[in-house]
Amino acid sequence: MAEAQNIPVGSTTAGQIAVAAESTVATRMSAPASFDVADFPVPHGREEEWRFTPLERLRGLHDGTAVATDGGVKVDIDAPEGVVVETVGRDDARVGRAAPVDRVAAQAYSSFEQAGVLTVPKETVLTEPIRIAVHGEGGTAYAHQVIELGAFAEAVVVIDHTGDAVLAAGVDYVLGDGAKLTVVSVQDWDDKAVHVGQHNALVGRDATFKSFVVTFGGDLVRLHPRVAYAGPGGEAELFGLYFTDRGQHQEHRLLVDHNVPHCKSNVVYKGALQGDDAHAVWIGDVLIEAAAEGTDTYEMNRNLVLTDGARVDSVPNLEIETGEIVGAGHASATGRFDDEQLFYLMARGIPELDARRLVVHGFFAELVQQIGVADIEERLLAKIGEELEASVA
Amino acid sequence: MATLEIRDLHVTVEADNATKEILKGVDLTVKQGETHAIMGPNGSGKSTLAYSLAGHPKYTITGGTVTLDGEDVLEMSVDERARAGLFLAMQYPVEVPGVSVSNFLRTSATAVRGEAPKLRHWVKEVKEAMERLNMDPAFAERNVNEGFSGGEKKRHEILQLELLKPKVAILDETDSGLDVDALRVVSEGVNRVRETGEVGTLLITHYTRILRYIKPDHVHVFANGRIAESGGAELADKLEAEGYEAYTKGGASE
Repeated sequence: MAEAQNIPVGSTTAGQIAVAAESTVATRMSAPASFDVADFPVPHGREEEWRFTPLERLRGLHDGTAVATDGGVKVDIDAPEGVVVETVGRDDARVGRAAPVDRVAAQAYSSFEQAGVLTVPKETVLTEPIRIAVHGEGGTAYAHQVIELGAFAEAVVVIDHTGDAVLAAGVDYVLGDGAKLTVVSVQDWDDKAVHVGQHNALVGRDATFKSFVVTFGGDLVRLHPRVAYAGPGGEAELFGLYFTDRGQHQEHRLLVDHNVPHCKSNVVYKGALQGDDAHAVWIGDVLIEAAAEGTDTYEMNRNLVLTDGARVDSVPNLEIETGEIVGAGHASATGRFDDEQLFYLMARGIPELDARRLVVHGFFAELVQQIGVADIEERLLAKIGEELEASVA
Repeated sequence: MATLEIRDLHVTVEADNATKEILKGVDLTVKQGETHAIMGPNGSGKSTLAYSLAGHPKYTITGGTVTLDGEDVLEMSVDERARAGLFLAMQYPVEVPGVSVSNFLRTSATAVRGEAPKLRHWVKEVKEAMERLNMDPAFAERNVNEGFSGGEKKRHEILQLELLKPKVAILDETDSGLDVDALRVVSEGVNRVRETGEVGTLLITHYTRILRYIKPDHVHVFANGRIAESGGAELADKLEAEGYEAYTKGGASE
């Protein structure tokens, strides 16, 4: 008889899930890391690290044709007392401690003229966040920013990207021993923006690095959050949240390099997708080197596909060179908000838009609640509501 | 007094690239306070009737009318039907990951009642309703239907029935998959709602077992997409003794 089918979530998806079988962190990159853009051939799109990215939408960041324009982006820094804010030349010793891993990151490093350096001196505990507003003014820009915390310093940094720009940027986070840094990077770009970035965190002995990468906007956003440790006892929590709309390409490629013993990492990235040709890519590489005994790591990526026509590529990859560890695991799941769920909620009187909002808020809530910066949390939830409203209307 | 009137309802469904007519002219009137049992063999179209009334997009109405207090139900969206006072307790309630039962119930009650229930009263109301259904309070923090046992899913459906207080409740095979204890608890919940006299109940079932707990005023035998015979509670006894054979062979008796 004809009965409504009950489709369990997780088993059906309009997106696609690719799970790495044999590829390893070491073989992923087609060229070794380098500060010199000339060391990277212009990508053709079939390289492992570029195969998901639509090169033609990079606006020339990958082939040397994107030339920086005056005032391409405007940067405003609002730092509480105690923070040292500097603009330095390329020869400053604090600039360039982690080498770019692909052609665009190297282009950014080779092209910026001055770098920003923010320093929270040792044992300084900030009670208010440092806010960095990056506003695209319609031009092309290359940028480099260093955020350094001395030993036992504590800070929250909010980096807010808005407007329209073609931007390639490198950000280095350097945490001294026992330091605690929380970074919230919001990519709330206009529809046409292109943003490619490499974020390198170096986590000191017993230091704690907590990162939220929140991507809503842009035509193409491709970020490389990377973590390595400078001493034992370090902890990294990498949280991500993306809402990929029609036609958008949002790509997050993470690497946690457990290079010293007794460090922890926890990665949770969640994404919602809706609309034709919405494309989210998540690469989660965790490397546990031979020396990194006592490592405890877990990484997870979950995607919620709201409509047909969206695509997810999710590739968790764990490479373990020592068995003397506390734990290591990964998970990836892509589920669908399907017509049966919508019917069930609407059959209880809940209008369609509210039903979608309920499901998506529920999906993201556990991450949003951990940010701990009230105005950012509120803005994210409001933004999610707007995105849904736009799609239903 | 609220009345659901179904007149000459025809419904088709697309299956295997063909259009199949499932409902072939259903006539039924359910008044507030009445309980109608719809009984029939598998494939007779009982569940199609339930889902068509609720507005499931899979089913296409090709003829007939459905009104609730004179309002055209078929013109309403799924959520509008629920807010107008129709409730469907589903045979296979759907999992909604990421949405807690408590959040879901409050959102639903807010939509159906037209305003958010006062928090203090609401918490008490839900707690008491859950206690009556022997539900653990921890249940409220779980995700809707996720990992629920068959019995938990049905209790959760009846919990919603008690909280949403519809004008017409359609219970689609609420008894299926329940052991005797769960059946008793669920039936008591349905009876509490019936005893208010404010709900018309359409009880769809394959078995007569649930009718020992929920006494119908009217029994209808459903066969081949329409009501083949109507009677009082005694018709259920006849079905218990003789089965559906008389209705499935050849044409149904008219």
